[in-house]
Amino acid sequence: MYDGGKILVGIVIFVLFAAFPFYNNIGKVSAKPEPKLDTPVIQQLSEKKCVEPKDFMRAEHMQLLNNWRDFAIREGKRVYINSEGKEFKISLQNTCMNCHSNKKEFCDKCHNYAAVKPYCWTCHIEPKEKQL
Amino acid sequence: MSMDRREFLKIAGFSTIGIGVGWILSRPGEFLEASQFLQTKELLKAKQWAMVVDMRRFKTEEDYRKVIDACHKIHNVPDFGNPKDEIKWIWADTFEHAFPGQENEFMPESMKHKPFILLCNHCENPPCVRVCPTKATFKRKDGITMQDLHRCIGCRYCMAACPFGARSFNYRDPRPAIKEPNPEYPTRMIGVVEKCTFCEERLAKGQIPACVEASNGALTFGDIADPNSEVRRLLNTNYTIRRKAELGTRPVVYYILDIPTSVVSGGESNA
Ligand code: SF4
Ligand code: SF4
Ligand code: SF4
Repeated sequence: MYDGGKILVGIVIFVLFAAFPFYNNIGKVSAKPEPKLDTPVIQQLSEKKCVEPKDFMRAEHMQLLNNWRDFAIREGKRVYINSEGKEFKISLQNTCMNCHSNKKEFCDKCHNYAAVKPYCWTCHIEPKEKQL
Repeated sequence: MSMDRREFLKIAGFSTIGIGVGWILSRPGEFLEASQFLQTKELLKAKQWAMVVDMRRFKTEEDYRKVIDACHKIHNVPDFGNPKDEIKWIWADTFEHAFPGQENEFMPESMKHKPFILLCNHCENPPCVRVCPTKATFKRKDGITMQDLHRCIGCRYCMAACPFGARSFNYRDPRPAIKEPNPEYPTRMIGVVEKCTFCEERLAKGQIPACVEASNGALTFGDIADPNSEVRRLLNTNYTIRRKAELGTRPVVYYILDIPTSVVSGGESNA
């Protein structure tokens, strides 16, 4: 075998490079996020329910928001009737964030943990954090 | 375990079906399918929205300012304080610029120098829609030339296609240049194009456009397809012009000119 040394060095460099995401995160692993739901608006709800059941919202809220924005902007349909037949105004800024005014404690906690950076907030104005 | 080709294909086939069924069962959106999307009950409807600008009613600077401010405030239109970065949804410019080719040496001085209120013409045949590669700019059923800022990639084809300069590009992050942000309306981000939307978000709430509301009757908004509408009444009883009608984009913003009364009565006495 010729150039065995060079190949070995190459492999080491490659492995270091390919494994960068792993060792870069060592020690940074934070605790499982626990989003907070206590905002003044949510506290006042008689029934503390989102527009759809919790499990669905947890897994599919991005899909729902995507549909909401398409229906609102592209079809001019700004009312959502949920699986229970209840009506909601379609608006991230004025409907979702009205309840979830604790964006840092609610949205950001999981988004940071999952390292996703939704760009909703470059345009939609996030609510001013209200103190309980 | 050995396997002949036939057996392998069988297993492979069943696995594919299995994956497909699994995908259907675990498919998101069972709630989305159960749910429905509707228009708001308050929504103001029309076949073709249109606007009439009565230039006779624009006299003082205040008349212009309140109309422009009404729009720019509620829509978080930034003010960078320089023409290079300017973003405008509704603005004022001279007759010469608004109606090029129509000006002449001998037109009344008052008209020559009078600023005209300009905005997107929501053309019935809009070139901006035709050129937009992402369909971010599209035509709504009620005639509004709408822009989906979620889709705009900032290619600026629409700006090149619009013969009225009705679109502005965000060269800079607009947020720092918005003095009092309206928390109920989004801002824009760097790299997208924006323009007047005929206040579609207000129509959905049953409200007329903000500029019309603030104009004290100088702007009139309505359904041009409805012969009994106020815009049609104004078009029937006044001589109106449109911007660059010769280009065939069919603008639906009409202008009633401010001809000095002395000129009009002079004409009548000679008749
Ligand atoms: S005025 Fe310009 S932006 Fe507005 S619809 Fe016509 S071509 Fe499009
Ligand atoms: S800048 Fe945006 S709206 Fe204009 S043509 Fe490109 S994608 Fe369409
Ligand atoms: S119709 Fe609405 S968006 Fe268009 S200029 Fe008037 S206030 Fe602005």
